[in-house]
Parts: sequence; C-alpha cells; structure tokens
Amino acid sequence: MIAAIEPSWYLILAALLFSIGAFGLLVRRNPLVMFMCIELMLNAANLTFVALATKLGDINGQTAVFFVMVVAAAEVVVGLGILVSILRRRPGATADDLVALKG
Amino acid sequence: MADTTFLEYVVFFAASTMILGGAFGVIVFKNPVHAALGLVLTLFGVAVQFVAQEAHFLAAVQVIVYAGAIVVLFLFVIMLLGVDKSQDLAIEPIKVQRPLAVTMAVGLVGLITAAVVKAGDSVLAPGSGIDVAGAENPDSDANIRQLAENLYNDHVLAFELTSVLLIVAVAGTVLLTRKWPKGAYDDDVAREEVTS
Repeated sequence: MIAAIEPSWYLILAALLFSIGAFGLLVRRNPLVMFMCIELMLNAANLTFVALATKLGDINGQTAVFFVMVVAAAEVVVGLGILVSILRRRPGATADDLVALKG
Repeated sequence: MADTTFLEYVVFFAASTMILGGAFGVIVFKNPVHAALGLVLTLFGVAVQFVAQEAHFLAAVQVIVYAGAIVVLFLFVIMLLGVDKSQDLAIEPIKVQRPLAVTMAVGLVGLITAAVVKAGDSVLAPGSGIDVAGAENPDSDANIRQLAENLYNDHVLAFELTSVLLIVAVAGTVLLTRKWPKGAYDDDVAREEVTS
C-alpha cells in the first residue's frame, strides 16, 4: 500500500519543525530549552529520513534514523552532564553566563 | 478507498498539528517543565507520522527512547537542579538577534519549500516508490525484519561502534558530574592554588 500523502508534505512539515527548532536554539537563553530545540531539529531530520525511505523504498533511511536516535541519546547524556556540573557551581546560569569561560 | 485516503489526511493533519504545536510550545513556554511537555507532544506526533509511513519499529523506538528516556532525563535534570523557575523572555541580550533569527527561520522554510516544490514534479511523484513494509505480505513484521537484516548485515560495524559511543558517553558523564573527594587527585592542589 502506497501512502496517499505525498512525501513532499512530510518534507515541508520537517522544514517547519527544523526552523522552529533552529529559531528556538538561537533565541532561548536557558541551556535546557536549547537542548530541547536541538532535539526538535534532530526529529525533523528523522522525519525527512523516514519520508524519503518510504518514498524510495530504501530501508537504509530507516537504519540512519536508528543511528540518529542512538547519537541523540549519547548527546543528551553528555550535554546534561556538562549542564549539571555548570549549574551546580552557578545556579541559574544561562548560555550568556558561559562568557566567563573566556580566558 | 476514498475513505482510506480521507483518513490518512486526517491522521496527517492531526499529527502535524501535534508536532508544530508542541514545537511552538517548546520555544514559547517560560517554564522548562512546560517546554519538556511540549517536546513530548512533538515526539508523539513524529511517532504517529512514522506509523503512517509504515515505519512501525522506529515509531516504537521513538516513543520508548525519546518520549520515555530522553524526556524523563530532561525532567530529572530540571527537578534535580531546581531550575524550573520561569525565564523572563523579554530579556534580550543581543538586540538584533531575534529579527535575524526570524529572518533565518522564515528563509529556511521558504528555501526548503521552494526546493521541494521544484523537485516535486520530477523526483517526488507519488506512487512510484516501492513499499518498505513489503507489499506482498502486508500483515507480517516485514518492516522490522528488513530493518534488522539491513542493520546487522550492511551496518554491523557502525552498530558495534554505537556501543563504544554509548560507553564513552556514560563514562564521560560520570567523570564530568562526579564530586571528587579532597586530595583524590594531584591537580586538586593546583586548582586550589589558583583559586586562593
């Protein structure tokens, strides 16, 4: 059964999702919310992968999504670890406060 | 048959509303806990879109790993650090950043949409693809079997490397967040000399 929804609709939906995520990453100052915006962008990429895998009949696209999920999990673990060690030292730190790292 | 198509459109637009509404919630909610709940809505919407495209295994993994593990990790860190206070969104440290970000986002959507629409006639004509789930046996677990064969035959080295990646990530996180006892390392002395 071929899906009636055209793949280009999924691609445009993924473009919207990616743009919202990129906008949030640029605008928000809370590092946790910035991480959530990165997750939004990764999900947009996953949506594109699955849409084209279904369209082209190539299972490699779905395998790529699998790897993206693994890398996203590792990225979240390391990123939140860094955030915990920063926020433990300076509670309420935002992305701008990390200018203190400048030597 | 027309009913099936209509139902697919309903599913597509309902899931798209979930995705975009959740994503919008992530960037406008002041409280990080509310933003995390918006992220859950988006992730469930993406899972619905995966099911609509016959990627059943990925939909299950999406719900378990993303909406389960990753969002719980986010909420755990928010609660652990007590950063669930609202952020004043009116503060804007760099003046031109928001107009530039709006320009970038709108331009990105416009460019991708233009590219998709331009390519849509030739490359993305619907109905010319092969069904991933296996058209000859639609009731079987063809999707998960195909994915497993592809993963363990063609990408087995990358699959093994992901285990290395996860171990390194876990070990690095433990190293980053652990509070070391005093004098456990020689560079503690050097650090105290710098701070004092």
